[in-house]
Amino acid sequence: MEPFIHLTAVAAPLLRDNIDTDAIIPSREMRSVSKTGLADGLFAGWRYIGIGTRDPDPEFVLNQSAYADTRIILGGANFGCGSSREHAAWALAEYGIRAIVASSFNPIFQGNCIRNGIVPVTLDLEAIASLATALAPDPQALRITIDLPTQVLTGPDRKTHAFPIADEAKEMLLDGLDAIDLTLKRRVEIDHFIAADRMRRGWIYPG
Amino acid sequence: MTTGLTIFEKIWRDHQVASLADGGLILIDRVLLHERTGGIALQGLAEAGRTVAAPRHVFATMDHVVDTLPGRTDRTIMPTGTDFIRATRAAANAAGITLFDIGDPGQGIVHVISPEQAIVLPGATLVCPDSHTCTQGALGALAWGIGSTEAEHALATRTLRVLKPKTMRVTISGKLGRGVTAKDLALHILARHGSSGGHGHIVEYAGDTVSALDVEARMTLCNMATEFSAFTAIIAADDTVFAYLKGRPHAPDGAAWEDAVAYWRTLRTDADALFDAEIMVDAADVAPTISWGISPQDSIALDARVPVDAPDRALAYMGLAAGDALLGLPIDGAFIGSCTNSRLSDLRRAAVLLDGRKVAEGVRAICVPGSTAVKHAAEAEGLDRVFRAAGFEWRESGCSMCFFAGGESFGARERVVTSTNRNFESRQGPETRSHLASPETVVASAIAGRIADPRLLER
Ligand code: SF4
Repeated sequence: MEPFIHLTAVAAPLLRDNIDTDAIIPSREMRSVSKTGLADGLFAGWRYIGIGTRDPDPEFVLNQSAYADTRIILGGANFGCGSSREHAAWALAEYGIRAIVASSFNPIFQGNCIRNGIVPVTLDLEAIASLATALAPDPQALRITIDLPTQVLTGPDRKTHAFPIADEAKEMLLDGLDAIDLTLKRRVEIDHFIAADRMRRGWIYPG
Repeated sequence: MTTGLTIFEKIWRDHQVASLADGGLILIDRVLLHERTGGIALQGLAEAGRTVAAPRHVFATMDHVVDTLPGRTDRTIMPTGTDFIRATRAAANAAGITLFDIGDPGQGIVHVISPEQAIVLPGATLVCPDSHTCTQGALGALAWGIGSTEAEHALATRTLRVLKPKTMRVTISGKLGRGVTAKDLALHILARHGSSGGHGHIVEYAGDTVSALDVEARMTLCNMATEFSAFTAIIAADDTVFAYLKGRPHAPDGAAWEDAVAYWRTLRTDADALFDAEIMVDAADVAPTISWGISPQDSIALDARVPVDAPDRALAYMGLAAGDALLGLPIDGAFIGSCTNSRLSDLRRAAVLLDGRKVAEGVRAICVPGSTAVKHAAEAEGLDRVFRAAGFEWRESGCSMCFFAGGESFGARERVVTSTNRNFESRQGPETRSHLASPETVVASAIAGRIADPRLLER
């Protein structure tokens, strides 16, 4: 996983609440048993005219030249609700999205983002709306900066916004760490715990 | 002075291998997988050269992609569905885990078969790469949905690194009114508190109304905790749960059963435990409830009108205007199924209303039992005959048209009353208009050909 430290990039507003993972990647776009080949299906229901086509809808923000090379999405409340499909995070990452700014995230989606190098930035709706307004005149030039070590997002208007992120998530994003390797270092500790647990809760261990 | 612990905190305490920043390394007792997101987790694990640490704690089923038409095989209506089925089968066999394959009597929707076979147990930690894993909290387990990469983590290490959620108690008191079910309760809570209402919290459902629900109704209530944006839901296991589990295929027996029950009895929230948030619900305030919009929180009493401040986007999608009545709205489809409402008790209640009646002309009505075992039990009672005689299709078990995978759907702009849990845009098919409701309301509406009140059908 690519580490995330600092990013200055084009941001695209999708200021809706409850953007669900079905909207991020429709089920019909998950064609193969694979974590790749999903970027084309990102937001397919909104991005293309007609189900199953690839004719770009000029109304959709990511199709507009002003928002070419978008790396940051500005969303609303409860971003990533719905199905737990990690394909949503895989599709976003493959498309090139490195951060999502929303007023709240669905917990499963948030975990999936962190495991795929996408920073979930929580800001209040008012701040997000003001960022969208500030960048609108020239999205290619009026970029947003996210600095993960200091947990600060800077808008095109130079206004800074501190954002919260859990320590563990921050560490994984900064180092691009694979959580499994990290945990396997504790194998002995886990085995001891299981041995003791077997004595206490033998009934949970299949016979 | 120390304060008491909630059920969640007790289970967490007993599973915490180590504490981590903001959370803990938590021992995972059961991992469940399905062919939609589970096959890819097994495959990812194998590709990384890792193995499943405890294969006997892992179970997989075919439910999402598999067809529900009679005589099904690996072939599916969903394009490339066969690949998901075969890849999952191959990966499950290679990993040595238990697979409930097509044709297996244990096959069914993952959240239906797990309680049915006592794979989930009170006080256990259980994860599945599926958001409705919260359903299983109804048995007093800490069960939650994760992503595929996290599933790989749980498979490889028997643990997960978990951010500790905040705690919320939803206390429901009083007697539910006539014709009001657990589904109505779930929709009512969403309507009152919004789809972000439970955000960041593990929700404990408590109160005399909840204790009075049977285990299957408790599952319906917990099922929609993910629509509430909660980490998950849990209900204290009690004698009702113990009686439900006893003798099921994976339940402990003999001395192990006695040990387990003794431990399970300790998993109740202490009287002096504190929650980060509390919500009170008066059961008497709950009416049969139905969704009108494109988020589960867009729900109202069946006889209410679409709110005047309803957003245009939702109204346009649903083909409604603010102030419209839902009762009497003509429908095209009726669906009974999904991990919300497809268990034997759901089908029984629906069949009581359906017996001797007919689905209205022009309405496509489908019943999909939640598991092969539910289907067989329903057939043994003759419920299939009631559904069929009324004009319902009677299917093999699976997720079916709860979600659109590129295969079957009701069609664009078709209005469907459905016992499922999500009414997102295009959830049940491109541009399909879904109204979430109880199986009773689905049946009443199927018969009337319009959204209808099941209380008028009661016998
Ligand atoms: S029945 Fe529907 S909600 Fe339940 S697991 Fe299947 S697709 Fe998901």
